[in-house]
Amino acid sequence: MAVRRRRRPRPVLTTAPQAADLPAPSDLELSRQAWRRSRSRRSTLVALGSTLLFAVVAYLAVTRSPGWPRVQTTFFSPSVALDSLPEIARGLLVNLQVLLVGGFLVLVFGLGVALLRTLRGPAFAPLRIVATGYVDLFRGMPLIIVLYLVGFGVPALRLQGVPTSPFVLGTAAIVLVYSAYVAEVFRAGIESVHPSQRAAARSLGLTHRQSMRIVVLPQALRTVTPALLNDFVALQKDVGLISVLGAIDAVRSAQILVGQSFNFTPYVVAGLLFVLLAIPSARIADAVSARARRRQQSGGLL
Amino acid sequence: MRDTPFPAPLGSSGRAPEGGRGNRSAVLDVRGVVKAFGEHVVLRGVDLAVAEHQVVALIGGSGSGKSTLLRCAALLETVDDGQVLLDGEDVTDPRVDADAVRRRLGVVFQAYNLFPHLSVLDNVTLAPTVVHGRSRADARDEAQALLARIGLADKAAEYPDRLSGGQQQRVAIVRALAVHPRVLLLDEITSALDPELVGEVLSVVREVAAQGMTILMATHEMGFARQVADTVAFLDGGVVLEAGPPAQVLGEPVEPRTRQFLSRVIDAGRL
Repeated sequence: MAVRRRRRPRPVLTTAPQAADLPAPSDLELSRQAWRRSRSRRSTLVALGSTLLFAVVAYLAVTRSPGWPRVQTTFFSPSVALDSLPEIARGLLVNLQVLLVGGFLVLVFGLGVALLRTLRGPAFAPLRIVATGYVDLFRGMPLIIVLYLVGFGVPALRLQGVPTSPFVLGTAAIVLVYSAYVAEVFRAGIESVHPSQRAAARSLGLTHRQSMRIVVLPQALRTVTPALLNDFVALQKDVGLISVLGAIDAVRSAQILVGQSFNFTPYVVAGLLFVLLAIPSARIADAVSARARRRQQSGGLL
Repeated sequence: MRDTPFPAPLGSSGRAPEGGRGNRSAVLDVRGVVKAFGEHVVLRGVDLAVAEHQVVALIGGSGSGKSTLLRCAALLETVDDGQVLLDGEDVTDPRVDADAVRRRLGVVFQAYNLFPHLSVLDNVTLAPTVVHGRSRADARDEAQALLARIGLADKAAEYPDRLSGGQQQRVAIVRALAVHPRVLLLDEITSALDPELVGEVLSVVREVAAQGMTILMATHEMGFARQVADTVAFLDGGVVLEAGPPAQVLGEPVEPRTRQFLSRVIDAGRL
């Protein structure tokens, strides 16, 4: 490809001009600043107080409840948590594998389906209809049902060479469902690129494919990155659903441990591990959306 | 400044003698073009020829179909009837490879339409490298020379949104010129600009025209049309109502509709 990606210089964003460049603020501005400071101090105090009050009330309500001692030992037992951690962490590695392999495949298939849906012309009608039908079907069907159908239905066919491992089939089911979602995200991104961009590309003599690849998709991807990261966070926890097919992942390991000890703490441990997994991605997603917002409107009141 | 000329149209040897009007065969020949959007008929049979090295200015009220005509000529719209001939070839024939035809045209849009994710240099070198198969170094050298020509050599690495509207539009002109088009189509390229920035864009067009580029432009700048155009065509009611040398069409229009249009333009202080 002829177009080399170059690092875009980061725009210098300043909320207010440097003080050194400005004359001393007028009394009017000083009084405005003082007013804003006092308001923000007040609202910080109100927020802090109400949060604290709620925390205390919630804490008392839970710990004073009649069943609390029992709940504490069956759900929040530190010793059980510590014992179950290695096993569940091992299971989480399986989830991570599904996440990485599945995430990659979802991007590829999602983009493929989106491109099929944006094809114009009667010659492509069959492809378009198949792609639309696929999206309608798998966006509408609950993931757990797709997991059952793929995980138990495909092996029942007893076809030669078709894998029967719950890991592979579970990943396939997740990819089927998520690709349908992600295809719609990609399609929205492609359609968000103004038609004039396509007109400019085509008027330079670029073919449909060239203008898609060089002009439309790079801009579309930039637009949809926050939405894609959000779907990635959702995918991170949904990979735990492959446990219903019997794959020994974090959820399944926890389930086995619960069955052995009649203590539910392993579930809490598994849940917390998933949360820990999700937090970095969620922060990245936030940062990316914030950056996109800044790029669109630097500053402003709203 | 003067050392690097703008590219002359392919298959020509510079500026034509005496303004280029005369019996030359048309580079771009629009014959009876009809275009409707649903019920709304915009072009009702437009005839217009642009000879080699000639500059034709399309004038007319907003909604008169200037842009639609240019878009039809650029094969960005399909015509509903009539023909567009480029160097004698009927390019509205559906059997013609439209991409190959567009490679021979240069289009500049009202809203610049630079690619915001590519640097100025990449905007200019994109078509020469990807479409015309020129080497990157070769395309870059020419792009740098062209950017220097319009005084934007130091902006090559910038992204379009860091440039003023006038600078962006000049880059867009250079981007269209970098493919050495047979004809340059300019679609109201100064309409989105602040008055103070119009001049810098028009002076680039003036130089490009002086070097013999064949140009069809829709414009509201009557003064500019009078200076630069060989022919002014007044588009009204979906047809070319009146066409001729600028002094005649802008100075002594025959048609009442043309007179009416021009008097409104004069009232608005634009002539």
